[in-house]
Amino acid sequence: MLSRRNPQLNRHGELIHLLSIEGLPKTVLTQMLDTAGTFLSVNDRDVKKVPLLRGKSVFNLFFENSTRTRTTFEIAAKRLSADVINLDIARSSTAKGESLLDTIANLSAMHADMFIVRHGESGAPYLIAEHCAPHVHVINAGDGRHAHPTQALLDMYTIRHFKGDFTQLTVAIVGDIVHSRVARSDIHALTTLGVPEIRAVGPKTLVPADLREMGVRVCHDMAEGIKGADVIIMLRLQNERMSGAMLPSAGEFFKHFGLTPDKLALAQPDAIVMHPGPINRGVEIDSAVADGTHSVILPQVTFGIAVRMAVMSTIAGNEA
Amino acid sequence: MSSPTTLNLDAQALYGALRQGVRSLLAAAPGTALVGIWSGGAWLAARLHADLALPGEPGVISSALHRDDFSERGLAAGGGTTKLPFAIDGQRILLIDDVLYTGRTIRAAINELYDFGRPASVALAVLVDRGGRELPIEPAFAAARITLAPAQRLSLARADDGRFSFACEEEGS
Repeated sequence: MLSRRNPQLNRHGELIHLLSIEGLPKTVLTQMLDTAGTFLSVNDRDVKKVPLLRGKSVFNLFFENSTRTRTTFEIAAKRLSADVINLDIARSSTAKGESLLDTIANLSAMHADMFIVRHGESGAPYLIAEHCAPHVHVINAGDGRHAHPTQALLDMYTIRHFKGDFTQLTVAIVGDIVHSRVARSDIHALTTLGVPEIRAVGPKTLVPADLREMGVRVCHDMAEGIKGADVIIMLRLQNERMSGAMLPSAGEFFKHFGLTPDKLALAQPDAIVMHPGPINRGVEIDSAVADGTHSVILPQVTFGIAVRMAVMSTIAGNEA
Repeated sequence: MSSPTTLNLDAQALYGALRQGVRSLLAAAPGTALVGIWSGGAWLAARLHADLALPGEPGVISSALHRDDFSERGLAAGGGTTKLPFAIDGQRILLIDDVLYTGRTIRAAINELYDFGRPASVALAVLVDRGGRELPIEPAFAAARITLAPAQRLSLARADDGRFSFACEEEGS
């Protein structure tokens, strides 16, 4: 028995908010992937729209910049027939000094049904979920270094699509792991879905040592890290989150940890290469790999829409 | 219309009657494609398709994305996926389902069908019509017509050997 209820689940164990992968049971993750598969086929229809969220208002609240995530959430909400309102928060009320909860209270008074939140502070979506009305649902679209659960779900969908089964895989996550909410959420999802070997690969300054406590194998050598891997998840070098000299230079990073065809040859012959985007060609990934036959970076984007449709329609149908 | 209150439905025998009924409907409207409603209707459509030696493959349609009880019940788990291996525009469609009750599933399935195109016509054949309609939907053929209490839930089951049977459950039990 948990001493504190998981704020993402209602008393029946159904998902009402998606804030983090951590603490979600395997059944919930698997159900979400299965549901996403249903929505993927909506793209093949004459009418690329289903009425599940008709009459609902979805507010995109992006306190940090994003193109891909915000756009795919918007497309997903529109394919579900929701009305989508995009708020350019950085340039609006917050800049005038309004607090986060006051912003939420005002938007709730405009009859919001769902908030998609990206925020630089870890935990901001939790705060909103705790204070919004019972019928309002919150999806974390990335908070600080903490979590990016829909990215993790679309990564899991991609892996399942190309590899079928999680329980025999070696997955290497490479690059700037310390600043990456994607890495954290991926590790939780991969662990819950039964991946036997998860490796975190990168320089000591960018790979937190405490990952070992999560059952992750930490590798500071690229060759050791990707040898025999079935899945390689490359991460973007997050210059905007780095303070101080964590790296000698981007060129030095590419020399040791950039994914080139030579290094990729160490992985399984049928390995897939993933990246949450945006990619920095020549910094963490060589163009020949990014555009090569192992790359599934663009399918990830397509799957992301179906996964976000699955998350939105699932939580909207569950009551607090 | 007879109205037995005890349930003694021989699904295998009713399937034989449905096959006859569908054969007649297809003879009257050649070129009609079968589309089974997930899940029981899809099993029936697959069997009918094989037994009547129809060309191509039958369609499968899921009502999950157009259900009108989404806001109360949420997304149905395991609601299946629509697979229509032929063009819908201008096509005559015969929907197949196991049990016809309120008509809401049929309404949702027709909406789903229209997301793929504009069929020439849509008709419906079912194994059992249990009455209780809440929408103006009538089957072109029903192998049996019975009356059940609202709390009774009737559903088709398919054994490993392909034999059909009916399961009847009391709601809330």
